[in-house]
Amino acid sequence: MKVTKLALAIIGGCAISMSASAGGKVDKSVSNMTGADATMLSNTCAGCHGTDGASSGPAIPSLGGMSALYITDMMNGYKSGDIKSTIMGRIAPGYSEDEIDAMANYFAGTEQHRTPQAFDKAKAAKGMKLHDKYCEKCHSESGTLAEDDSGILAGQPTPYLHYSMEDFANGDRSMPKKMKKKVKKLNKKEGSAGMEAILNYYASQK
Amino acid sequence: MKKNMNRRDFMKVSGGAAAAVAGASIYTGSALAGAKGRVVVVGGGLGGATCAKYIKRADSSIDVTIIEPNKTYFTGFTSNLTISGMVTMEQLGHTYEGLTAMGIKVVHAAATEIGDSSVKTSDGGSYDFDRCVVAPGVDFKFVEGHSEEIANKSVTHAYKSGAQMSLLGEQIRGMKKGGTVVLAAPRNPFRCPPGPYERTAQIAAYLKVNNPTAKIIVLDPKDKFSKFGLFKEAWKIHYGYGTDNSMINWIKGAEGGALEEVDASTNTAIASIEEFKGDVLNVIPDMKAGHVAHANGLVKGDWCPVDLQTFESSLRKNIHVIGDSSAAKGLPKSGYAAASEAKVTAAAIVAAMNGNAAPVPAYTNTCYSVVAPNDAFSVAAVYQLAADKHKVMKVAGGLTPSGDKRNAAHREREVQYALSWYENITTDAFSDGKKLPL
Repeated sequence: MKVTKLALAIIGGCAISMSASAGGKVDKSVSNMTGADATMLSNTCAGCHGTDGASSGPAIPSLGGMSALYITDMMNGYKSGDIKSTIMGRIAPGYSEDEIDAMANYFAGTEQHRTPQAFDKAKAAKGMKLHDKYCEKCHSESGTLAEDDSGILAGQPTPYLHYSMEDFANGDRSMPKKMKKKVKKLNKKEGSAGMEAILNYYASQK
Repeated sequence: MKKNMNRRDFMKVSGGAAAAVAGASIYTGSALAGAKGRVVVVGGGLGGATCAKYIKRADSSIDVTIIEPNKTYFTGFTSNLTISGMVTMEQLGHTYEGLTAMGIKVVHAAATEIGDSSVKTSDGGSYDFDRCVVAPGVDFKFVEGHSEEIANKSVTHAYKSGAQMSLLGEQIRGMKKGGTVVLAAPRNPFRCPPGPYERTAQIAAYLKVNNPTAKIIVLDPKDKFSKFGLFKEAWKIHYGYGTDNSMINWIKGAEGGALEEVDASTNTAIASIEEFKGDVLNVIPDMKAGHVAHANGLVKGDWCPVDLQTFESSLRKNIHVIGDSSAAKGLPKSGYAAASEAKVTAAAIVAAMNGNAAPVPAYTNTCYSVVAPNDAFSVAAVYQLAADKHKVMKVAGGLTPSGDKRNAAHREREVQYALSWYENITTDAFSDGKKLPL
């Protein structure tokens, strides 16, 4: 799955051309100008996600420095409807595969951003330990490593992470198998305080 | 701070020197040597500020000057939320230090005359340009009995945020128990199409808690409006719309909703069939392109015709018009669309000054309406330019679901996203950091 998408990302990266592309609604627009470059496309995201994907919060996530593969997966999930959302499901279908790859690579090349936000010190300290135990394997280097192709968690707005966990819990977004196991274990051992502590830890990261 | 002052002072001096060399478009032998060209942006609202910043970001060797009379810009969008107290007016004020720190000059004066290669200001200044970007926002077409003077004192329009919006809030908070607010909405096209209806909801949100027997009468020359179903549903859910006990009474055009005259001495709106006396009267007039566009030959009818790939005026060369004043067929007159136009324009100007063709544009719009403390909804759209450039074409988008598909949890999220949208779109324009409380 990942290999296929990565391959597509590479092909897409080399072929940002005048293609009107496959993909649903965009097909109707063969008479439109297409082939906008990565910067032009990505700048349209900044009004909501911040300049170069650095979100001021309080809820919209930062895109800066994320893995291109992760962004591509998310956009494709919104586009297909596999991931339920408030607004991205209406926006993502406006972009072809090439355009999504272009934007994903643009944001992968920008700096990560930690949204300044309030947190509870004691909970954050506990959360750090819980992160290491339950999350670090995939969200590596304290949730900061893009190359693991998992979402960057460090410094993301807490409401966004909270919404994401709600979505995972109620099936609006599907959890990878390993994550499902870990979250279940966490909840069993720590109750809801466990996740709360972990989210405080991410909020504390500078 | 000191550093900025020095820079500003220096820029002022070199700008003055440049003005003496009339029409010169390339500097030599000065600290600005290598500057590819000069851009003067008339109007430092969201569109103007975004355009200036994105030109500078893309090519720091381009000399960029914003001409804006106000030292603090209060956003129109989100200002309705000051009525219910969700945000304060102070939180909606933006200043220009972030942009000056990037090397953008900001001149606080009013632009008067836009020539072929320079802009003159009310304080006697003159600023040379190779390209000018005009982003003046809107002006009003007042009905008989209404004017800016009256709006400043009693019958507000409160459609440029700032002082009038604060006055409207005070009037509503000070209204007698069981009083009536009369709000008149404008004809299409106008800035922020959902604005009057979000305002209605925000007034109702305040009254529901603090003055529950009060009423709101909305006079509308139209028979429907932006996010029509969503607003009517929200008015119904939160404020009893459609019941005998509704706080809101919307009178559409076909039923006499068109305002014809204002009698400010009695706070009365004279509509096509009846007269409506309000304890608070808020009249949002019909709109047209900002004054400076009219005064400088950029307007055809009420708005400014432009090339939709570059936003260069169809009437005057090297002058671009963006934001609410432009006749951007296919795009709404929203803050987000203005910022989107600004970025497309910035890219076109940077390309031109580097000897390249205008790039393929991409535009989007997202717009949130907050209708109760726990309920907001949005419209979103992704656009491409038609190959023949006659119109900006929507290729995807839509509204927050309503009716059977209404999702209360998602509505609460959209309130938080609306506030995030505000933070990010204003920081993207002004580089002035966080404003709203977390």
